[in-house]
Amino acid sequence: MTIEARFHIDRGGFSLTVDLSLPARGVTAVFGPSGCGKTTLLRAIAGLEFCQGGYLRVGGAVWQDGRQFLPPHKRPIGYVFQEPSLFDHLSVRRNLEYGLKRLKASARKVPLDQAVGLLGIGHLLERRPHQLSGGEQQRVAIARALAVSPALLLLDEPLAALDMTRKREILPYLESLHRELAIPVLYVSHSRDEVARLADHLVLLEDGRIQAAGPVGELFSRLDLALAHGPETETLIEAVVARHDEEFELTYLDFPGGRIAVARNPLPPGSLARLQIQARDVSITLARQSNTSILNIFPAAVDEICKEGPAQVTVRLMVGPVPLLSRITRKSAADLGLKPGKPVFAQVKSVALLS
Amino acid sequence: MILGEHDLTALALTLRLAALTTVILLLIGTPLAWWLARSRWRLKFLVEAVVALPLVLPPTVLGFYLLVALGPHGPIGGLMAALGGRPLAFTFTGLVIGSVIYSLPFVVQPLQDAFRAIGRRPLEVAATLRASPLDRFFTVAVPLARPGFLTAAVLGFAHTLGEFGVVLMIGGNIPGQTQVVSIAIYDHVEAMEYAQAHWISGGLLLLSFLMLITVYALNRRFRVVKP
Repeated sequence: MTIEARFHIDRGGFSLTVDLSLPARGVTAVFGPSGCGKTTLLRAIAGLEFCQGGYLRVGGAVWQDGRQFLPPHKRPIGYVFQEPSLFDHLSVRRNLEYGLKRLKASARKVPLDQAVGLLGIGHLLERRPHQLSGGEQQRVAIARALAVSPALLLLDEPLAALDMTRKREILPYLESLHRELAIPVLYVSHSRDEVARLADHLVLLEDGRIQAAGPVGELFSRLDLALAHGPETETLIEAVVARHDEEFELTYLDFPGGRIAVARNPLPPGSLARLQIQARDVSITLARQSNTSILNIFPAAVDEICKEGPAQVTVRLMVGPVPLLSRITRKSAADLGLKPGKPVFAQVKSVALLS
Repeated sequence: MILGEHDLTALALTLRLAALTTVILLLIGTPLAWWLARSRWRLKFLVEAVVALPLVLPPTVLGFYLLVALGPHGPIGGLMAALGGRPLAFTFTGLVIGSVIYSLPFVVQPLQDAFRAIGRRPLEVAATLRASPLDRFFTVAVPLARPGFLTAAVLGFAHTLGEFGVVLMIGGNIPGQTQVVSIAIYDHVEAMEYAQAHWISGGLLLLSFLMLITVYALNRRFRVVKP
């Protein structure tokens, strides 16, 4: 199942042109700077924004083409706006029931209890929206969107209006939502961290144009995109928990390029996990070091080198089929004689487990 | 009792007129205000200006044109006559028509402001929660605009209570049919019956004041409820 969207919106000084085909499963993040058209794209998909000549197909259903335009209330979506938008005149419970009540019994697939449980808002049901904190309001808004059993969940920077503490409070709920419900999510964000944690698929938008689209791990490690440049450059790797080392409190995970060790975590063997490796934590050697404290050393090949400011370079290594970025000084790259195709060893100093 | 039967009849008629006018104004003012609050039509300002006219026009001017229009030779009165009805000038129906026009801005403007204050967002939220446009209007826009409805109803009612010029022009002063309290007061003053004039005037003053107190007190409570 895929989502196909073609929109061209022109509005004095701002234009958005997209031609997209997205997987209608997992979390797809639409990522880009403020004002690049992310929200407009999401609104066009929801039908809140009408654009002449647009085309939108979700799975087997055409929501918009030259002849028809399905109005927003007839689209099987859930939408969470940037700022909490609960109905002030209704209690939390009545807010949650608002959409649910308008659903045919046969269309109710997500029980209200489950939505309430997932977002941890059971104790808030009898309150009024103005009695809740911003984070609580946004959790209710997410549960309200889930309660309409959407075929597609659209989240427009649901965490943007919240401070760091509230963000941390909601992120785990969003992650569990991703794991427990098989609802495809389109997630608009300008936070690299949120994207790294939540997204499977990524659409990069800039100035109303699509720069690139693809699996998040792939795009994060592409040197021709802005993502790989800047202080926060990192590689995302999908891995499977292999086993736990009880003696040294380590967990080993397998990825297509080898086996990697991280600090012991509670995930059972077989679980999927996403690893994050900062480019500055990856060093390069020509021979395998034996007398070293570094556990994770992988044979690799230099794929591409890109200058990064006056003194540094970003090196894209291939560890088997998996790309890995390394940020080193230009001098080191010259001393090692790095060039595409050269076999090297990647030493990974630190690995973070994202989920 | 210092007030005569005339005065009580005039008072009852005035209340009936104000109540009926308010109901009619809420019925036509709500869709009009909704449209004014939401429309992006380029020439919308023209409609807004027409709605606001009674605010600045001397009531006698409005009354004069209504008299001409509703009289037997006017376009509306003539049409009524041609259809076998009576001309509307100097009738209670004529008064209601005059009052509706005269008090229109007092109902439309608070409603328009209230609808505008809601913004598009709550309605968009409702749309993504499967509510049709009509459903959104009744379950989101109207409840959220409640303070506006209260203000509109009370202002429309109170303003109609105090109507004088328009009534004088198109209603004449027929006891039991078109004689309202403001004119009864005028008659008493003309006849040097200050005691009666005091009683009715004081009553109207108190009634209007109480209504406005209610509106402002309730709206303050509404504001407290909103974040």
